[in-house]
Amino acid sequence: MFNENELTFTQVKMLDEEGNIIGNPTITTSDEQLREMYEWMKKARILDQKLLRLQRQGRLGTYAPLSGQEAAQVGSAYALTKEDWVAPSYRDHAASMVHGLPLEQIISYSKGHLYGGKIPEGLRILPVQIIIAAQTLHATGIAYSSKYKGENSVAITYFGDGATSQGDFHEALNFASVFKLPVIFFCQNNQYAISVPLERQMASKTIAQKAVAYGMTGVQVDGNDILAVHEVTKEAIERARNGEGPTLIEAVTYRFGPHTTSDDPTRYRSEEEVKQWSQQKDPLIRLRKYLENKGLWDETKDNQLEESFNDELNELIDVIESKQIPTVDEAFDYVYENKHDLLVEQQEEAKRFLANGGGE
Amino acid sequence: MAEMTMIQAIRQALEIEMKRDERIVLLGEDIGRNGGVFRVTDGLIDQFGEHRVIDTPLAESSIIGTAVGMSLNGLRPIPEIQFFGFVYETMDQIASQAARMRFKSAGRYNVPIVIRSPYGGGVRTPELHSDSLEALFSHTPGIKVVMPSTPYDAKGLLIAAIRDEDPVIFLEPMKLYRTIKEEVPEEAYEVPIGKAKVVKEGYHATIVGFGPVMPLLKKIVDEYEQEGIHLELIDLRTVAPIDIDTILKSVEKTERLMIVHEAVKTNGIGAEIAALVSEKGVFSLSAPILRVTGYDTPYPVGTIEDDWLPNPKRIKAAIHELLSY
Ligand SMILES: Cc1ncc(C[n+]2csc(CCOP(=O)(O)OP(=O)(O)O)c2C)c(N)n1
Ligand SMILES: [Mg+2]
Repeated sequence: MFNENELTFTQVKMLDEEGNIIGNPTITTSDEQLREMYEWMKKARILDQKLLRLQRQGRLGTYAPLSGQEAAQVGSAYALTKEDWVAPSYRDHAASMVHGLPLEQIISYSKGHLYGGKIPEGLRILPVQIIIAAQTLHATGIAYSSKYKGENSVAITYFGDGATSQGDFHEALNFASVFKLPVIFFCQNNQYAISVPLERQMASKTIAQKAVAYGMTGVQVDGNDILAVHEVTKEAIERARNGEGPTLIEAVTYRFGPHTTSDDPTRYRSEEEVKQWSQQKDPLIRLRKYLENKGLWDETKDNQLEESFNDELNELIDVIESKQIPTVDEAFDYVYENKHDLLVEQQEEAKRFLANGGGE
Repeated sequence: MAEMTMIQAIRQALEIEMKRDERIVLLGEDIGRNGGVFRVTDGLIDQFGEHRVIDTPLAESSIIGTAVGMSLNGLRPIPEIQFFGFVYETMDQIASQAARMRFKSAGRYNVPIVIRSPYGGGVRTPELHSDSLEALFSHTPGIKVVMPSTPYDAKGLLIAAIRDEDPVIFLEPMKLYRTIKEEVPEEAYEVPIGKAKVVKEGYHATIVGFGPVMPLLKKIVDEYEQEGIHLELIDLRTVAPIDIDTILKSVEKTERLMIVHEAVKTNGIGAEIAALVSEKGVFSLSAPILRVTGYDTPYPVGTIEDDWLPNPKRIKAAIHELLSY
C-alpha cells in the first residue's frame, strides 16, 4: 500500500522575504549572476506592464501577463546554454527573452502579426503554444533527438498547474522517463487555471509528487525565490546531461494580474489574496533586498535601468508600428513547402482583392 | 417577449431545460464560478449547485469522455469546449466514441449529449480560438451539427438539441454573441434540427450561409434589393444533416447558387451542398455553383483575418460573377 501521507515533500527555499539566505544551502550562483537575473526580472516586469497598457489602448491583441512569475521564468531559463531548447506556453516570454528571443518578436506576436511566431534562425525556442500541455510532448521528442544525435543539450518545457490535468502532460512524463530523456518539465504553479483553483484541478498535495508515479525526480520550489529556482534547475540540467533522465519541477508562484486581458479575476479570487502575494511575496523585491544588503544594487541603479529599458521599448514599438503590416497573401507561403495549384489560385485571388483595397 | 442577445437566449434555454429536467448537468472549464469565459453560464452554479454545473479539471478529452459515460447511465450532459479550436483534444471521444455508440451497440445505448462551443472569426483572438471546424463532424456519421445565427434560433435549436436522443454539436458564433438583439419568447420552444430557413425570398440567385456570416449576407442582400436585384438568402442553421430540399426548391427558382462560410474551402459544407445540388438538381442550374469561404490555410492572425474571411468585396465579386451567366 502506498500512502500519500507517508511521503515527504519539502519545498526548496533559499531566500526569505527580506532577502536573507535561509540556513546553509549550497549555492553555486555568483552575486554577479544574481544581479544579472535581477535585471532580467525587472525588464520582464516593465515589458509586461508596457504591453498591458498597449492592449488597453487597442494597440495589442489579447495578452497574457506574467507579472509575479518572473523569478520562476528567469531563474530557470538563466540556467540554460544556447544549445538547450525551450518549449514555452503563452505566458513565458520572460523565459524566452532570457534565452534570446528578441523583444520585437514578443511584441509583434502580441500584436497579431503574421511573422510574430517566426523564431529567428539559430535560436532553440519553439513558437508560443496555445494548446495546453501540447509542448510538453514536443520537448520530450526534442530531447529524444538530442540523445539520439549524441548532443549534450537538454530541453525545458514551461506550462501551468492546469496543464497537469491534460493527457499530453502525463504521456510526456511517462515517455521521457521510460527513455531517460534529457528534459525538464517546468511547471509554474500559479494556483489558478483561469478561474479554477488548484484544489479543483487535482486532489494530490503537490504537483511535484506526480513525478514519483513516473519514476523520475520531482522537486517543489518556492517559485518566487529566484536563487532556489535557479539552483534546482541547474541540478536538473546536470542530471539530464549526465544521462539520469527527466525532472519535474513545480515552482509555486502567483500571477498578480488577470489570466489574460479578457479576464476579470475579481470573479474568482479575493483582493486580500492578491495583495498577500503582490505586496509580501514579490520576487523582484526579494532579490532586490538581497542585492541591496550586499551593496550591489540601489535606487539609482533601479531607476536608471527602468528609464533606459523604457526608452528602448518605446523606440522599438515606434519602429514596429511604423512598419507595413504583412498582408494575407503572404500567409499562403507557409502552408506547405511547395504550394499546390489550387492554393496558388487562392493566393492570386487574395492578391487581386488586396490590390483592390482589401475586404471592405 | 423580451429583446435578448444570443448569450442571453442560450443561457435562458439552459436554465429552462435544467429546471424541467433534473438529469441535465453542465460541465466544462471555467463554466461554474466564472460563469464561462463569455458568461453564457453566468449564475447557473448558484441556481443549480456544483453537482449540476461542474467546473472540470483542464482536459477536454475527460470532459467529453465523462459526459458520454454520464449519458450512458441516465444523465443528459451538456459539456462545453471553451473554444472550438480545442476540440481536436477530444476528437476520439466525439468521433470514435459518442458518434458510434448507438451503432456499435445496435441501438442498446445512445449518447444524448449536447456539446456547446464558441467559434468563428472577426474578433482578433489568439491562435486556435476562431477556427470553424464543423466539416470535421459533418464527416462523422452519428453526429448532428447545429449552427444558429440569431438569438431566437439559438434558443430554439438548443432546446431541440437537448431533447434530441443523439449527440449534437451546438456551435455558437462568438462574433454574434452580443452584437444582435431580437425578440425571444420567455418560454420553451423548439426550432427543428435539420431545417433551413429562407431568410429572404428572391429569384435572381440563391445564397446559402450559416453562423457568423449571416448578418453580413443579410446586409448585402438588402443592398442588392435597392438596385432591383432580388437574391434569395437561406440560413442553413443545421449543417449536419443538410436540409437539401429547401436549397433545391430555391435553386429551381433562381437557377444560381453560391455558398458562403468561414471554414476553409476544401471539403467544407459548401462542397457537400454543391455535390448534392449537382446530384439532385443540376438541370435547374444555369451557372456554376460558387463558394466564398476562408482560404485553405490555417486560420490566420488577427491583423489579416478580415481579408481572409468572406468579406463584402469577395462576396459581391462572387454575386457579380453568378449573375453574369
Ligand atoms: C487545450 C486547451 N484547452 C483550453 C484552453 C483555454 N485555456 C487557456 S489558458 C487556460 C488555463 C491554463 O491554466 P494553467 O495551465 O494553470 O496555466 P496559466 O494560464 O495559469 O499560466 C485555459 C483553460 C487552451 N488554450 N487549450
Ligand atoms: Mg495556472
